[in-house]
Amino acid sequence: MDFYIGLLQIFGIHTLLGLSAYLLILTGQVSMAQAGFFAIGAYMAGICTAMWGWHIVPALALGGLLSGVLALLIGFPALRVKGMMLVIATLAFSEVVRLFFFNFNYTVLRDGIPIGPIGAEGFRRIRYFPENGWTTIEVSLFMGLIVLLVGGALWWADRSRLGAVVRAVGEDELAAQSVGINLTTIKVAAMTLGGVIAGIGGGLYAHMTTHVEHLNFGILLATFAIAYPILGGMGSVFGTLAAVVFVQGFLVEGLRFLGDWRNLLFGLLIMLAMNVRIKQLGDVRLRNLLRGLFGLRRRSHAGA
Amino acid sequence: MLVIENIVTAYGKIEALRGVSMEAQEGRITCLLGPNGAGKTTLMYTVAGILHARRGSVRLQGQELVGKPSSEIVRRGLALVPENRLTFPEVSVRENLIAGAYLRLTRDKAGVAEDLERQLVRFPRLRERINQDAGTLSGGEQQMLAVARALMARPRILLMDEPSLGLAPLVVEEIFRTIHELNAEGVTVLLVEQNAHMALQIAHHFYLLEQGRITFSGVPGALQEDEVIHRAYLGGSGASSH
Repeated sequence: MDFYIGLLQIFGIHTLLGLSAYLLILTGQVSMAQAGFFAIGAYMAGICTAMWGWHIVPALALGGLLSGVLALLIGFPALRVKGMMLVIATLAFSEVVRLFFFNFNYTVLRDGIPIGPIGAEGFRRIRYFPENGWTTIEVSLFMGLIVLLVGGALWWADRSRLGAVVRAVGEDELAAQSVGINLTTIKVAAMTLGGVIAGIGGGLYAHMTTHVEHLNFGILLATFAIAYPILGGMGSVFGTLAAVVFVQGFLVEGLRFLGDWRNLLFGLLIMLAMNVRIKQLGDVRLRNLLRGLFGLRRRSHAGA
Repeated sequence: MLVIENIVTAYGKIEALRGVSMEAQEGRITCLLGPNGAGKTTLMYTVAGILHARRGSVRLQGQELVGKPSSEIVRRGLALVPENRLTFPEVSVRENLIAGAYLRLTRDKAGVAEDLERQLVRFPRLRERINQDAGTLSGGEQQMLAVARALMARPRILLMDEPSLGLAPLVVEEIFRTIHELNAEGVTVLLVEQNAHMALQIAHHFYLLEQGRITFSGVPGALQEDEVIHRAYLGGSGASSH
């Protein structure tokens, strides 16, 4: 049972990570920096609760805020590069963050034990939840609530006119400019908000595992972050969620019985999934097709 | 109304516009002709603030536009119908139109709804396709959508970059009829065209742009018209007459 609850928590955290990248991809920015923002949120929130004795909510908020501020700073130079160059630049950012934490030492003594990030050894004993008597269920509900709030807000914004504007930037920057959309504002805002969401996700991750180290925040995590919205078809928030369940639930956990063979299959399956794209899952056209198959009236998505 | 003076725009070291000066007068249709690669689209993008001029000035009713971001230029009443229409293909016709009124979406919902209705009356075809993705429209319909989207910004001057590009003759005629009607309603138009015959039928004044410079300016019907058309299609061979 605990295994499944743990899996649900992983779904929640990775959904936050995926949504932070989803928001950016909508504006046409493929960012590998989400792993970096996630790491910053994780360490910051951990420092707040484990070292400074803060409550979890302000700790997550500060983690999100710090990631957001860094994302804002990254946002402006990122405007100057596009496509593959942006991928490389943001990947470099994530690596800088990772190597920073690889070298970062900052501890306080609690009950005679040094607590805090210790370079390569990582940051142990982020034990806010067990120390304060939260049950696994309570932790899961708390995470669920956050995912629901973030996902709900994005879902609502996506369907509002704001969503149309953001997508417009992603579809065609020239056209967006010609109707008076301020590219800088939209792209930097998306980057910042994406940073906040990834930071909050990282904070939750640190408290779920109670131990983080720089290796948790490498290229693989950054790849996952952008793989979710892309696999999910970029159609909606639900596509990202579906992709998280597919990757974490099936590819990572479901195939665990294969042992070392899984790693071989893993890459193959990702390639396969990208080609037969689950795009179709979150995609309006397939949704309408499915509705048609089941005899439901075809709803026009556009009026929404 | 729109005064362009000595505009120089460059891509790196290559100057695409080498000191362009021209003017679009209020309430008129001004046409800019020129062969491929003359710099027509570069000029449109520069005026609209999408590209940045290296030197020179663009004034709209006396206000300087150079150095202003495109959003500010749209706010001041200049709307561009870009070359190749550039609608948002995976967004519905309705949302494309609403995006055109982006700058006053939150402040003026009633006005936006009213303008939307006005565009649908003007272009009944768009009403039929209102919930369709813009990418599923025909070329002519997309061009109408691009025009309607630009009008949603309530422009005082409308820049149109090759609206006839790649369209069937009948559709081209329809587009030009629309431009003519809009102008009759008081919209100032700056039209970039390669279809010189059509453009000169509706233009009040025209310019010829060749290799980044204005090489001719006049009113349609003047003596040199044939030669100008020849140059608009074929480029600078007739420089001797200048």
